[in-house]
Amino acid sequence: MTRLSRQDSLFLLLVVFLTLATPILLQPFPEGSSLAQFNAGYPDLMQRFAIYGIFAMGFNILFGLTGYLSFGHAAFLGVGSYSVVWMYKLLGFNVVPGLILAVITSGIFALLIGYISLRRSGIYFSILTLAFAQMSYNLAYSVFTPLTNGETGLQVYGKDPQYLMGPNSPNSPHFFGLAMIDSVKLHLAGWEFTFNIGYYFTAVIAIIAFYIALRIFRSPFGLMLRAIKTNRTRLDYSGVNTRPYMLTAFVISGMYAGLAGGLLAAMDPLAGAERMQWTASGEVVLMTILGGAGTLMGPILGAGFIKYFENIFSKINESVLHDWFGWLPHGVQDFVVAVINPFVGEGWHLTLGLIFVLVVVFLPGGIMEGFQRIWKAFGRKSVDSSAQTELNPAE
Amino acid sequence: MENAVLHVADVHKSFGGLHALSDIDLQVMEGTTHAIIGPNGAGKSTLLNVCIGRLAPDSGAVVFDGEVITGKKPYEINQMGVVRVFQTPEIFPDLTLLQNVLVPAFAKHDGAFRFNAVKSLQDRKDIAEEAELWLGDVGLAAKKDLVASSLSRGDKRRLELAMGLVQRPRLLLLDEPTAGMSRHDTNSTVDLLKKIKERGMTKVIIEHDMHVVFSLADRITVLAQGQIIADGTPDEVKGNPKVQEAYLGGAHL
Repeated sequence: MTRLSRQDSLFLLLVVFLTLATPILLQPFPEGSSLAQFNAGYPDLMQRFAIYGIFAMGFNILFGLTGYLSFGHAAFLGVGSYSVVWMYKLLGFNVVPGLILAVITSGIFALLIGYISLRRSGIYFSILTLAFAQMSYNLAYSVFTPLTNGETGLQVYGKDPQYLMGPNSPNSPHFFGLAMIDSVKLHLAGWEFTFNIGYYFTAVIAIIAFYIALRIFRSPFGLMLRAIKTNRTRLDYSGVNTRPYMLTAFVISGMYAGLAGGLLAAMDPLAGAERMQWTASGEVVLMTILGGAGTLMGPILGAGFIKYFENIFSKINESVLHDWFGWLPHGVQDFVVAVINPFVGEGWHLTLGLIFVLVVVFLPGGIMEGFQRIWKAFGRKSVDSSAQTELNPAE
Repeated sequence: MENAVLHVADVHKSFGGLHALSDIDLQVMEGTTHAIIGPNGAGKSTLLNVCIGRLAPDSGAVVFDGEVITGKKPYEINQMGVVRVFQTPEIFPDLTLLQNVLVPAFAKHDGAFRFNAVKSLQDRKDIAEEAELWLGDVGLAAKKDLVASSLSRGDKRRLELAMGLVQRPRLLLLDEPTAGMSRHDTNSTVDLLKKIKERGMTKVIIEHDMHVVFSLADRITVLAQGQIIADGTPDEVKGNPKVQEAYLGGAHL
C-alpha cells in the first residue's frame, strides 16, 4: 500500500485548499479601491502561477534534490507548447491529446539531452544543457520552421485539418467542452472574484504534479537523489549506479517542464520560440532559488513571487506614484517619486534583482528559510522541534 | 575446506616512477580476518583501492569468488559483495545518520538502480529497522536523526562502519577502522568486529594499532614500499626480523 504520513497528508490538504481558494485569496482588496491594482486574482495571472509552479516544481526535482543545475529547461517548455498547438492543428481544440503528447515529447527530448549532458557534472553540465537549449531555440527559428512556423510562432489557422472537431466543439482550447477562457464572476459587496475554468484546470493538474513530487521526495528514489547531491562518489562505493538515477530525475523534470509548456499553450493557443530562450531557463532557476531549492513548497512560492512582480509591480508607473504621494508637499512629492520610480514599473527587474541578492546572501534557503526562522522565533522552542526542522529543511 | 574469497594476483601499480605496488600476490581465505600492516606509504590503501575498482592496476588482476573484478565499475564490485569502509569518512554529510545507512541498505536490497518511487520510505520498514539495528551496533542509535556533518570524527568513523555492515558484505575491506577513535571507542569497535567474525564475514583490515591487529587477525600480511615482506599467522609475523626492520625504518623516517 502507498500512503502518506499524517504530516504529509495535512500538507497536501493545505496545498489543495490554497490552490482552490486562490481566486479568493489573491483578491484581498475591493474593486475600485486604490489598492485594487495589487489584486492578483485575475485568470491570466493565476494560470501563470499554477503553470510556472509546475515548471519550478519539476526543476526542483532535478536541481533541488540532486544539485545538478540545468540551464536549459526552457527547451522542454517550448517543446511542450509546440506539441499542444500541433494537436490543436491536427485534431482539434481539446487540450488532452496535446498535453499527453507534450509530456511524451518533452520526456524523449529530455532523455536525449540528459543522456549526453549527464556525462559531465558541475559547471560543464550546466553549459551543456544551456548549449542544447540555445541550439533548440535557434533551430526553431531556422531549420525547424516547418514545425515551428519560425518567428510568427505556431498557431491554428482556418485551413488546418482538425480532424476531431465536431460541429459544436468550442473554437478555443477546451477540456471536453469546458472552454478554458470561460469564467464565473462573483460580486460580493465591493469585491469581485473570478472563477476561471482554465485556472481550475491548471490548478488540478498542479495539485497532481505536487502530489507526485511529494511522493518522489519521500521515496527511496528521492533519498538516492539527495545522496547524489551530498556525495556522489560515495554512492559508487555503496553499490549504487548513479547515472540512471540522474537520468530519471532529469527526464521527470523535463516532463514537468513539457507539461508546463503544454499548459501555457492550453491557456493561449500559441507557441513561439522565445519560450525556449535562455532567459526562460534562467527564470526557473531564480524561482527555485528564491523560494528555496530542495524544499517542496519553495519553488512554487518562488514562481508565484516572480510572476506577481512581473505582472503587478510592473504596472506601477509614475502617475500611480504621484497619486500615492499626493499628500506630500509638492517638492518632496517629486523627490520621493523620482527616488522610487526606477524600482517600479519598467524597473521591476531592479527590485527583483535586489531582493534576489538579499535572499541569497541572508537566506540561502530562500523564502522557505525565512518562514522557518519566523516559525522558530515565534513557535515552539523545544530541542525536539529544532532538531526536526534541521532534518527536513523547510518542508 | 578453506578456499580463497579474494585473490590479488600479481598486481602491479605505479604512479609515475613510484612503484606503489610491485608483484602483490595475496589470498584471503573465507571467514578469516586478514590484516595488512606496514609503515606509511607502504601501499596498503592503494591495494584496497585496486580491490574496489577505484584504481586500475597496471598489470595483474583481482579475483573475487572465482570472478575477475578488475575492470568492473565500483558499484558492480560493491553489488557482488565487496564493501569498503573508508579511512577518511566518506559519508553523506547533509543527510541524517539513518539516511546515511539507508542508502547502502537500499542499494543492497534494490540493486544498483531501481526506480523505487512508488513506495515511500516509511513503507519499507524492514529496511529501516535493519539500518537502525546496525546504527545501534556501532552505538549511534540515539543520534539517528542528526545530520551527519554534525558528528565528531570518531562518530563519523563508526557511521562509516555501519554503512558498510548494513550491506552484509561477503568481503569487508576496513581501512584503519579505529584511527581517530578514543581507546574506549576502539575497544567497542574491536568487540563489534569480533562479533561480525562470528557471523562468518570475511574481512581485510588495514590497521596501525597493533593491539587491534593482534586481537582480530587470523593472518597478517606486511607491506613495505609496495612489496610483501612477510605473510603468515600473527606469531610468525611477530618474530620476523624483516618486519621489525621495516617498522623501525619506518619509525625513523
